Amino acid sequence: MTAGSRPPASLPADRLEQQFVDAKPALTDSEALIEANRCLFCHDAPCITACPTGIDIPAFIKKIATGNIRGSAKTIFSVNMTGATTARVCPVEELCVGACVYIHLNAKPIQIGKLQRYATSKALEREARGGPPLFTPLPDTGKKVALIGAGPASLACAAHLALAGVTPVIYEKSEHPGGLNTTGIAPYKLKAEDSLREVEWILSHGVTLKTGVELGRDIEFAQLLDECDALFLGLGLGGDTRLDIPGSDGPGVWGATELIRAIKNSGGFTIPDDVSSALVVGAGNTAIDIARELAMLGLPDVDLVYRRTEEEMSGYAHELEGARSYGVRLIEQVQPLEVIRNGDRVEALKVLDLINNEEVELPCDWVVEAIGQRKFSFSLPDGVNRDDKGRIEVDEATRRTGHPDVYAGGDCINGGKEVVHAAADGREAAFAMLRGWDLPRGNS
Amino acid sequence: MADLSVNMAGIESPNPFWLASGPPSNSGEQVMRAFDAGWGGAVWKTLGEPIVNVSSRLGAIDYGGVAMAGLNNIELITDRPLEVNLKEIYEVKKKYPGHAVIASLMVETKEDWRDIIKRCEDSGADGLELNFGCPHGMCERGMGSAVGQEPKVLTEITSWAKEFATIPVLIKLTPNVGDILDPGLAAVAGGADGLALINTIKSIIGVNLDDLTLRPTVGAESTNGGYCGPAVKPIALHMVGALARDERVNIPISGIGGISDWRDAAEFIALGSTTVQVCTAVMHYGFRVVEDMLDGLSNYLDEQGMPSVNDLIGKAVPGFKEWGELDLNYNVVAKINADTCIGCQLCYVACLDGAHQCIHTHQGPCVAFHGESDHGMNPRIEVLAPVNHDPNGNALFVPSVDEVECIGCNLCALVCPVPGCVTMVPVDNGKGRESWNDRMAKGEA
Repeated sequence: MTAGSRPPASLPADRLEQQFVDAKPALTDSEALIEANRCLFCHDAPCITACPTGIDIPAFIKKIATGNIRGSAKTIFSVNMTGATTARVCPVEELCVGACVYIHLNAKPIQIGKLQRYATSKALEREARGGPPLFTPLPDTGKKVALIGAGPASLACAAHLALAGVTPVIYEKSEHPGGLNTTGIAPYKLKAEDSLREVEWILSHGVTLKTGVELGRDIEFAQLLDECDALFLGLGLGGDTRLDIPGSDGPGVWGATELIRAIKNSGGFTIPDDVSSALVVGAGNTAIDIARELAMLGLPDVDLVYRRTEEEMSGYAHELEGARSYGVRLIEQVQPLEVIRNGDRVEALKVLDLINNEEVELPCDWVVEAIGQRKFSFSLPDGVNRDDKGRIEVDEATRRTGHPDVYAGGDCINGGKEVVHAAADGREAAFAMLRGWDLPRGNS
Repeated sequence: MADLSVNMAGIESPNPFWLASGPPSNSGEQVMRAFDAGWGGAVWKTLGEPIVNVSSRLGAIDYGGVAMAGLNNIELITDRPLEVNLKEIYEVKKKYPGHAVIASLMVETKEDWRDIIKRCEDSGADGLELNFGCPHGMCERGMGSAVGQEPKVLTEITSWAKEFATIPVLIKLTPNVGDILDPGLAAVAGGADGLALINTIKSIIGVNLDDLTLRPTVGAESTNGGYCGPAVKPIALHMVGALARDERVNIPISGIGGISDWRDAAEFIALGSTTVQVCTAVMHYGFRVVEDMLDGLSNYLDEQGMPSVNDLIGKAVPGFKEWGELDLNYNVVAKINADTCIGCQLCYVACLDGAHQCIHTHQGPCVAFHGESDHGMNPRIEVLAPVNHDPNGNALFVPSVDEVECIGCNLCALVCPVPGCVTMVPVDNGKGRESWNDRMAKGEA
């Protein structure tokens, strides 16, 4: 066993995320059949083009309509091994669903995400109950790949490698695999246990996972490059970027991903009774997520504060609309200046009103900083370079870095995009490795 | 409001909509409720010697998530005592003297026919319908379709019925024959007053893939049944039309087969039906479906300027020709309306793979080879579609038609999900009308 590695921990039973219900509930059998039959089965369908992993969406939907659930799930997973979770976390309104031709008919677009969830969860349930496996890996090729980080990029890469008979070993520093799928996705979209269920399925194809392993402490790049035929970096991003304003260092001020993780993964974590209002700084999707989560958990007063205007925000309009339906408001054009506190208690966020150029105190019990995540800090192998924004530079087609045996994918190369982009990166890196070794893909 | 009343071979009916012989017309109580809902007549569930039915009698095919596009049954004739049915016919006629009540009959011997016809007339029935169509169960006993498939027997039994009856005699035909004219003309030869068709089509509705039993499953077994419902309508329309256009068939027709709404009914009437009979639609949705049938047909006749439904009867028959009479010089081409196209490209792939490779996209030459020309491989630049955009600026892949190559098969218009987006437009090619028969006559074929 690798130094420091511990088996993955089980999730605590009393997680706050369990209070959430799905914002988009699973389809029943009859709902799925009706929706699947609505699909026009477009040729060269725009939904496929809009999918970063290029899933043959009309094909998998047609298979649902014919009752071929296993075939439907294989159509999805063969190009996106995290298809069970991306079905639920993808911003489909911006991707496949947003491209559905029904929109041009002023008709309701096909609920592609829900249908994908239907097919994948049904198929995984059947396999878990002892049904024939969707995929059978090819015989061992003797190749070995180390992957750093157990997020969607590494999991997708490892899965495609394992199916092709390559031995993948994933090293993860935290106690749970799954990356942001486990720690960071809003629980009304996906709960940690659902993420771990998909991880277990991926591991079942011959992927080794070592958790509690830290780069630099327990393992070194040089050693991994020496032992393996290739290395995949799915490093993700670092911790929350902090405001670093007076009063922000202390209780009652949270980093957004830190707070989401506590809600999703920590046993016994609750919001204290004397906290009834929160201000979330930022207007990206993480900001909108945590604001909606806090509102759904019963905080009567949750607002977003943003230094620019709604038109300029990076969060999706449909996400803000969802948060607003829980009473969240967007306060535009204010610049945080200071967290006013009384000892350990936050009393207000002092902001500069950029329109009237005057200082205003916005009373609140908590401040949540959702202004981005830091880049990871450790040094990279020789030849692996970063751009001026700290992103690892890769070849667009292969996700290969400047080092011939090192590939990378996910947030560490794109600065923080969707899970589905990470899945595409992992797959393309795996396929590039296989091409380099002249090995066939194993998708059957 | 158009006059919907009809006279079918001497049977007066307030409108052309009759319940076909089947489960909806099984009892007086049902028929009276049907008349209250608006039905003009009812052909009683077939009377005959008492029979025993099996349990598990119906099976259906669903299509595209729509239930019961086709229905199959292995139920036999009425399983209620004859005297009960006759008493109820009497009660219905007493309460609804203006409605049409027709007794459907199926017995074996000449004496049986004499007896049952007499008793039906005594009960007050307005007409008789001889069931020579049922393709399951009863045919194994020499009745139903076993009669309908033997023109000589059909003529003989028809003549018996005409000998015994004073009320009109309709003959219900089976579609399970090579040429519907054979039983149709046999009925005419026997003196029938009218025809009713089609009865159900011999069928197996499906196999349960879980246990490989047939449907509808009786224990672990099943048998062939009779197929009906919306799926059979085109077959029925053809048979009705084939009889209606034959001048030897000089008796009225009651059209049956997948009629689900007023449009279906209007088509049957235009192809020569005087009345129409409905069963599956009632089994699916209840007697209430007649409300829109009456309303829709009446509105249609008003819009067509026809004061009576009689004005519609047979109006489409002259257009039903042999293939050899069709104009070989008639030419239509597809036009795609870029303003309403949603970019699904179903027309493109249908033409490419399933037709004549005449529709192209902006995305470059299609891959198919087209006969001696190479237009499929390398379509002329001018037929490549421009990239259109929707109001949000997203690229919309509107295909374009090579009108020179388009042979006018209609497939693109049929697969298009947007009503009116693809239209088939006649092109004047300057050639006069000429049919295959014309060419044959000129010795050019």
